[in-house]
Amino acid sequence: MSGDRERVLGSLRRGLGRGQDATADTAARTAVAQRIDRRQRGPIPARSDLNPAAQVELFETMAREQAATVVHVADPDGVPAAVADYLKAANLPPRVRVAPDPALGALPWDGQPLLEISTGRAAAEDLVSLTGAFAGIAETGTLMLRSGAEHPTTLNFLPDVHIVVLRAADVVGPYEDALDRLRSHESNGGNGGNGAMPRTVNFVTGPSRTADIEQTIQLGAHGPRRLHIILIDETD
Amino acid sequence: MSAADRSFSENARAAVADPQLRRAMHHVKEGFIGKRAKAAARLPEFEVLRDAARDIKDHTLAHLDLYLERYEAQVIERGGQVHWCAGPAEARAAILDICRQAGARTVTKGKSMIGEEIDINAHLEAAGITPVETDLGEYIVQMRHERPSHIIAPAVHLTKDVIEADFRAQHRQFPADRSLSEVPELVDEARQVLRQRFLDADVGITGANFLVAETGSSIIVTNEGNGDLTQILPRVHIVIASLEKVVPTLEDAATILRVLARSATGQEFSTYTTVSTGPKRPDDVDGPEVYHVVLLDNGRSDLLDGPFREILRCIRCGACINHCPVYHTIGGHAYGSVYPGPIGAVLTPALEGIEAAADLPEASSFCGRCEAVCPMRIPLPKLLRHWRERAYDQRVTPGRLRAGIGLWAFFARRPALYGFVTGLAARLLRALGGRGGRLARLPLAGGWTRFRDLPAPEGRTFRSQWAAKKGARS
Repeated sequence: MSGDRERVLGSLRRGLGRGQDATADTAARTAVAQRIDRRQRGPIPARSDLNPAAQVELFETMAREQAATVVHVADPDGVPAAVADYLKAANLPPRVRVAPDPALGALPWDGQPLLEISTGRAAAEDLVSLTGAFAGIAETGTLMLRSGAEHPTTLNFLPDVHIVVLRAADVVGPYEDALDRLRSHESNGGNGGNGAMPRTVNFVTGPSRTADIEQTIQLGAHGPRRLHIILIDETD
Repeated sequence: MSAADRSFSENARAAVADPQLRRAMHHVKEGFIGKRAKAAARLPEFEVLRDAARDIKDHTLAHLDLYLERYEAQVIERGGQVHWCAGPAEARAAILDICRQAGARTVTKGKSMIGEEIDINAHLEAAGITPVETDLGEYIVQMRHERPSHIIAPAVHLTKDVIEADFRAQHRQFPADRSLSEVPELVDEARQVLRQRFLDADVGITGANFLVAETGSSIIVTNEGNGDLTQILPRVHIVIASLEKVVPTLEDAATILRVLARSATGQEFSTYTTVSTGPKRPDDVDGPEVYHVVLLDNGRSDLLDGPFREILRCIRCGACINHCPVYHTIGGHAYGSVYPGPIGAVLTPALEGIEAAADLPEASSFCGRCEAVCPMRIPLPKLLRHWRERAYDQRVTPGRLRAGIGLWAFFARRPALYGFVTGLAARLLRALGGRGGRLARLPLAGGWTRFRDLPAPEGRTFRSQWAAKKGARS
């Protein structure tokens, strides 16, 4: 299976002059271990170095620029009505595939009797999905979506319309702040607590698009044609 | 692709005479250059980020063996498998083996230049497995039995009328009188056709923009979402990647990602950046059950020791291609290599040997735009010059060119004679140029004068003027 492993590694080691100087080799090992442990940040663009309210504003501006739509609700209880309103305005059937996320399940769906709610991963015929978001990244208006039992990844890609619920409190400045949150979540029981990454982390900036024909940008290439973000303003 | 496909000057001549290609290439020039400039100008930290990105890769390449070992250990820890492959044959064997074990009949593919490098589609087909390209541009070129003409915009050499004709010929399931002349209609039709393919596939193959040593993750960057449907729907996900894709940490990937999309398409960030780590977890209700990484060397490890190590910093953004006047003129296919443009002209001789690709480093006017826009600050013109020197040393430079260079070298080594002969030539050319100061025809320089006049020298050579000025000053 790994028949070429030693051949390739041997060639790499030769090219790097390993095995000639034991001290240098040890130093190289130490440098690699330290680099990984320190997770040093590169230059962080100043644009997202803002107070929390301004970060949410920047997130919204950048997401809209990438053709996402954004609405605000005061608290989680406002989400079902916001979903119903969006579908109605977009002339879409009132049927939503919802992520098996306890926070979404606990919302007052009874208030929207016309909405048909089902829960689970996406199937080919699902037109609209609703998921949470692990974080929002203000720098580029990017959502960070973390796969897991409460968030099947198919919901992010198969349906024509992806509705995402994001708490303003989960909006951060740069990507690195979102990575810190992710690591701390995984170390605190996220994935059995071993600190490992989830199977999939999707950074999503606007709906699917392509410019493969004559450099003309067209939305809805293979993934969702629309990305709608419901921002919960309440900060606890 | 073999050297037989590569009669560069013939290809280039044919490309220049192709009006459809001219129209298509116009979009490259108009689109990419302005978008990149705008994106770079909008981020004050862009130049600092380029330095940081270069430094990350330099550090990683200097410790490449160690980072790959660490990466491999993490992939295994997360339940995945790593297949080390010295060359294309080994990589194809590894992929075919996985596909056979999975009982695969169809394989969906996200865009991957490594896939092109190892020519995986032909070998899957030969084994009775149907490969389906899912990136729109790749889907179009696969349908046409062509190669991508650009590393991030595979169908950039085509205009929409050509694509419409192809779709009409291939997609017989739709009514013949449907409207299909506009871009949205074409994109929608491809979406419909490919949707079922995504759902039917047994194995999904994607490339990787990064491999992360810290976590054992692979990262892909797309705009369409095809790479994601390719990896989350089938039971098996195969990542094909070359050695130099590894970076130490997610933070390092974040830094390079900030220059990648801006340099490539001028976007602030690509629509989808996806970090994949191993197969699905016990609690997950979707995602692949098996995760393989096919790690390809194909000559790259030999580049670590020598001047070409710097080319391994490349992140395949395509900026050098987008800004290359030679590429604008001839398009990607004329190069006859997997990687076109300046990056291809440096990488192809490294992967296949200079004997097989001696023409490619000549396909440059040394204008330097490639180096100016390369986010990883790869000195492409310098590396092209290295190849030209090697081609000369190994006697693969064509005879006439060698003779010309030899003649010049003869005089250059004899400064007095050089000054005398060039002085004579300058006066002669001035006389021949006459009152207009232009030469319409010149023996031995027909390649120049066939298409434009040669401005005649105004009299004395630079060296004699310099000597006179120096004399006057002292």
